[in-house]
Amino acid sequence: MAIIRDMIPAFELVQPTTVEDALAAMARYGEGGWVLAGGLDSYDWFKDRIKRPEAVIDLGGINELKGISNGQDGLEIGAMTTLTEIVRHERVRSEYILLADAAEHVATPQIRNQGTLGGNISQDTRCWYYRSGWACYRAGGNTCYAAAPQAMNREHAIMGTSRCVAVSPSDTAPALVALDAKMIVRGRRSSKVHDAEDFFIGPATDITRMTVLESGDLLTQINIPGEWANAHFYYEKVRDRGSWDFQLVSVAAAFKTSGNTIDEARIVVNGVAPFPVRLDAVERLVTGVTADEALATEAGEIAIQGSRPLKYNEYKEPMMRNLVRRAVRSVA
Amino acid sequence: MAEAESAGLLETKYSRRKFIKSVIAVGATASSAGYFIGSSGLGAQAVPGTVERLITLTVNGQQRRVDVLPNETLAMTLRYRLNLTGTKLGCDRAECGACTVLIDGVNQYGCSMLTHQVRGSSITTIEGLENPDTGELSLVQQAVLEEGGFQCAFCAPGFIMSMTAMVNENPNPTRAEAAHALSGNLCRCGDYDKILNCAMRAAELARSV
Repeated sequence: MAIIRDMIPAFELVQPTTVEDALAAMARYGEGGWVLAGGLDSYDWFKDRIKRPEAVIDLGGINELKGISNGQDGLEIGAMTTLTEIVRHERVRSEYILLADAAEHVATPQIRNQGTLGGNISQDTRCWYYRSGWACYRAGGNTCYAAAPQAMNREHAIMGTSRCVAVSPSDTAPALVALDAKMIVRGRRSSKVHDAEDFFIGPATDITRMTVLESGDLLTQINIPGEWANAHFYYEKVRDRGSWDFQLVSVAAAFKTSGNTIDEARIVVNGVAPFPVRLDAVERLVTGVTADEALATEAGEIAIQGSRPLKYNEYKEPMMRNLVRRAVRSVA
Repeated sequence: MAEAESAGLLETKYSRRKFIKSVIAVGATASSAGYFIGSSGLGAQAVPGTVERLITLTVNGQQRRVDVLPNETLAMTLRYRLNLTGTKLGCDRAECGACTVLIDGVNQYGCSMLTHQVRGSSITTIEGLENPDTGELSLVQQAVLEEGGFQCAFCAPGFIMSMTAMVNENPNPTRAEAAHALSGNLCRCGDYDKILNCAMRAAELARSV
């Protein structure tokens, strides 16, 4: 697509200072309203004329959505907290380095200085057919261009697909699932708490969105429970370039251990499916077992069971297998 | 007489660069005006929280009154309304770093934020780094001058802003840390090694102050 260097098409800009006002503005504009966090995903959509909201509701002025505080159990992170703040936060670094690691792997310093945790996990997929405005399933059409015989699908999914084969782009998402984070979502009348694992949804549930958030819902806070504080963590992201890039495959894992024995584990891989994939079978395999090379190898093999690569992304199988193997090996 | 004077003005003062700038400015104003008029019928006051167009920005320590559209990026405002063309537009997609400016001392992409989001912030562009009274270069600029870091230098203003943020935060970086701090800027001449020399020299100058 040609790069357009001119004005973003016009929209009303609403800058509420409270969550109540934001929800009211969202209700007022309905489908025509666009909720803006850091904006780094949004502006591309606007500049390319693929999404043309009537009004943009900028959350940047809502102080109650910013900052990290000590909750009754663990940490409470406002959805508009920047990734840089998370990377630098003392308690995140000392108790939940998994999250700091994942946040540090997002894009570039400038993007982390502006991009928010809420925005990072709510961003849309990077499938270029979809982002170029093709009328695919996800965009309300009736085909998937990325799974067509001649399609370029090197970065697409090898599992968890249902018509759409796009992958979840978020670096922090697998870390939040591994930490068993809770997402607080406010609606006009009620507030709901979702497990991170259920917050991200696949195309089989709803092909037009990547999270449970529907029009009128606002992700306000992410709680990191104390249960996994100071666990043994492993994070690794493989990408084509050393900065800026989305993951090809990434792994985020948390282990409770006694010596080399794994008492409990949460292992999550991203970049292989339309949502972060929690590897239940691998977790069952490693729980209560002493980690060694043989266990790591077996974990890797089990991780990729049932994967169905497309024409150009077969490499993701060994990549995923090896990342899971490394995660388990890190306990040994 | 007046005609002769204005003709003279055109010849002497109207450089190619200025002419291009003015054409671009007119184009931007004309097209954006179209967008604004073409937008919905809601007035600026119709919804609580919608923005006023005439705002005051703090740019390089100065208060600047400026008329800003709701859908205008900071890089657009700086270049085409305030004439601060040191801030470059490369990709306009948060992918190259040429538009990097400091917002309250933090390096961010000017192409990927709305001007209305930084109404209350202190904005620093490449033009604001030198001492406004003496014209003395900043430490980072001095380091770039000494090390001769850039070839075509289109990316230089963005890199220099990132270096400025880096030395303010960590004046004692390793070369790897400097590379990490500058990883949000691209140089298509591939001058990274020399640019890192500049960053390390800048840090050295900052430590010696």
